Amino acid sequence: MAVDLRIKEHPILEFKRGPKVKIYYGRKKIDAYEGETVGAALCAAGINVFTRSVKYHRPRGMFCAIGKCSSCMMRVDGVPNVMTCVTPVRDGMRVEPQNCFPSASHDLYSIIDRLGFKFPAGFYYRLITSPRSLSALYLKLIRPLTGMGKFPTANRGFKPMTKSEQRETEVAVVGAGPAGLSAAIHAARLGCRVTLIDENHRLGGQLIKQTHMFFGSKEYFAGVRGIRISEKLAEEVKQHENIEALLNTSVVGLYEENVLGIVQGNKFATMRAKKVIVSTGAYEKTLLFNDNDLPGVMGAGGVQTLMNVFGIKPGNEALMVGAGNVGLIISYQLLQAGVKVKGIVEAVPRIGGYFVHAAKIRRMGVPIYVSHTIKRTWGRRRVEGATIVQLDDRWKEVEGTEKDIKCDLICISVGLKPTYEFLYQAGCKMKFISELGGHVPLRTKNMETSVKGVYIPGDTGGIEEADTAMVGGKIAGISAALSLGYGDKEAEEFREKAIMELEDLRSGPTSARIRSGIEKALIEEG
Amino acid sequence: MVSDYEKTGVITLKDLEGKIPPPERFKKEPVAIVECTQEIPCDACIPACPRKLLSMKNIISVPSLDFDKCSGCAICVGKCPGLAIFIVDMCKAPKGKAWVTIPYEFLPVPEVGSIVRALNREGEDVGSAKVVKVARLSKEEKTALVTFEVDEKLAMEARALR
Ligand SMILES: Cc1cc2nc3c(=O)[nH]c(=O)nc-3n(C[C@H](O)[C@H](O)[C@H](O)COP(=O)(O)OP(=O)(O)OC[C@H]3O[C@@H](n4cnc5c(N)ncnc54)[C@H](O)[C@@H]3O)c2cc1C
Ligand code: SF4
Ligand code: SF4
Ligand code: FES
Repeated sequence: MAVDLRIKEHPILEFKRGPKVKIYYGRKKIDAYEGETVGAALCAAGINVFTRSVKYHRPRGMFCAIGKCSSCMMRVDGVPNVMTCVTPVRDGMRVEPQNCFPSASHDLYSIIDRLGFKFPAGFYYRLITSPRSLSALYLKLIRPLTGMGKFPTANRGFKPMTKSEQRETEVAVVGAGPAGLSAAIHAARLGCRVTLIDENHRLGGQLIKQTHMFFGSKEYFAGVRGIRISEKLAEEVKQHENIEALLNTSVVGLYEENVLGIVQGNKFATMRAKKVIVSTGAYEKTLLFNDNDLPGVMGAGGVQTLMNVFGIKPGNEALMVGAGNVGLIISYQLLQAGVKVKGIVEAVPRIGGYFVHAAKIRRMGVPIYVSHTIKRTWGRRRVEGATIVQLDDRWKEVEGTEKDIKCDLICISVGLKPTYEFLYQAGCKMKFISELGGHVPLRTKNMETSVKGVYIPGDTGGIEEADTAMVGGKIAGISAALSLGYGDKEAEEFREKAIMELEDLRSGPTSARIRSGIEKALIEEG
Repeated sequence: MVSDYEKTGVITLKDLEGKIPPPERFKKEPVAIVECTQEIPCDACIPACPRKLLSMKNIISVPSLDFDKCSGCAICVGKCPGLAIFIVDMCKAPKGKAWVTIPYEFLPVPEVGSIVRALNREGEDVGSAKVVKVARLSKEEKTALVTFEVDEKLAMEARALR
């Protein structure tokens, strides 16, 4: 029987799948459902190795699941280097591995990986240069083995990019997570014309993956599941006539005078906005260990996308790396999806996340190894296990404490860092503040950066939580509206209240780092 | 200072001092045990209690329960995102037994009458348990409130089931 890793019954979620379609992976016929991505459908069919890496022909599979890492690039309908994790399936679609022969799972060229001592640069067109007389012949042999994929053959799916006219808006909100949704709503309520842009196919950002009831203040949906919070906010956005929401649309640049570069499918357009709110959230950090590129090693967000958005079991036995709130919560979600969690390793001598989240999984029998790290993983085409090791108080591995854990999924959740590219490009003054997760723009209490008219609520300004993101969005939305001449005294007071609220939310001992970080990032108005 | 439970993820009865009502109280009515001792920005339980018995100074303080008036109705159990509230009932249970209500978010949800294994805060099997009640706060609510019967001595130990 064909492998089908789709989750049929889930304690919290219901997966509404579209009509069944067929796609081809090489010669293999695979069942998929409309609304799924190619990558998700391959994972559901139990395919671990999508393709091979360019130089060493190492196996590559799903990693981030949101189009950020390029691990999943395949040839789709004759077009090379397509990110399959964000490409929706279509009936009859042909997906093929790249950089391999005869197939991705059995690639003869992968010999180069084992000859690394001899050919440190892998397949490379100048691999063999002497004797001179033969180098032309070598070149001819090597050339076909190098490069990423092959040129497009069929033009079934391939259309060159076109540029369309410049658009205009009053307030552009980039990123529709809790910060962006809240910013859009508050700016629109005061009368601004708002364009809300997100590269995902759904509004909600991180929230659409969160099955658990949220923490936080009762004013901001505490006790409500993340997915429901995003539904509620999205509903309000959809009903607001002042808000235009552009989904499946990426912002690729923020230029002078608040001009945004946006890509929608194969159309490029520019948009001039009077005010820009950048609420693009955060990226995941990665971790260095031996063979950390094996299929089965996944980012925490990728695991969540697979299991909570597409309803696909990401593995059978998992090892979680990182015991912050994200690691703890995803471990619990893995248990809910029917995955056995073999343990959580955490380098720091204490659990970083909230105790109550740790307690939930401890009582289901999941061990947490503090002062431990992952040393290596092994497996041929997919992770088959990992070795963990204890760390002493100077972060040195303690000899003789290695422990092998059998698992087929390693989930990396070692923190997030704010997205900062556009903000650099736009010329915002930036600073590395480790308490906030990395490089962040300096900002005023009103969330405005050093570039006038650019605001940064939510995780973009520092890694925090959904409630602080929503309050931040409110402050940014109102500020943008006020500076465009909308709103009155009352709106100003409302904003002052929100600023106080934010201080309250950050007043606890678990927020001490955030407070010190924000202090370093604050600049005066004007 | 880092408490032990912040390293292990397992709270002890000692950490819960002051959160557990005196023994006489258990004889009167079922009661909520709030196993939330770390200052975190959360107050979801406060508006949940219809009798307004849970309180905290501000959003980051630890909740405190006025146990004398608590009826053990379990509404707060299903509303706590930390799944940190449990009900212990020594009144309705037969002699020598106790009923424990836990929030449960896995499949399959056990059926009333079935025999399951009770787990402690470390996930260790501590004995058998009989499921006596399965409830949900509302139709949309996904968290099940499962009540099981265990030996009285497990009343403060059994916190999960398998
Ligand atoms: C596992 C997990 C559990 C969590 N649990 C809680 C909890 O219990 N309580 C709580 O309060 N918080 C929780 N959080 C944190 C919370 O989800 C985040 O702090 C919050 O989502 C941040 O909101 P945001 O709007 O800043 O960014 P995000 O929600 O990350 O949204 C950013 C959006 O921007 C879009 N985007 C990015 N770049 C571009 C681009 N170039 N073009 C177009 N769109 C773009 C993305 O597609 C995304 O939709 C959790 C987070 C995780 C990962
Ligand atoms: S069990 Fe009922 S009465 Fe007791 S604290 Fe919870 S909600 Fe209030
Ligand atoms: S809702 Fe739960 S986690 Fe939040 S404060 Fe109350 S008891 Fe603690
Ligand atoms: S880009 Fe597709 S898995 Fe990362």
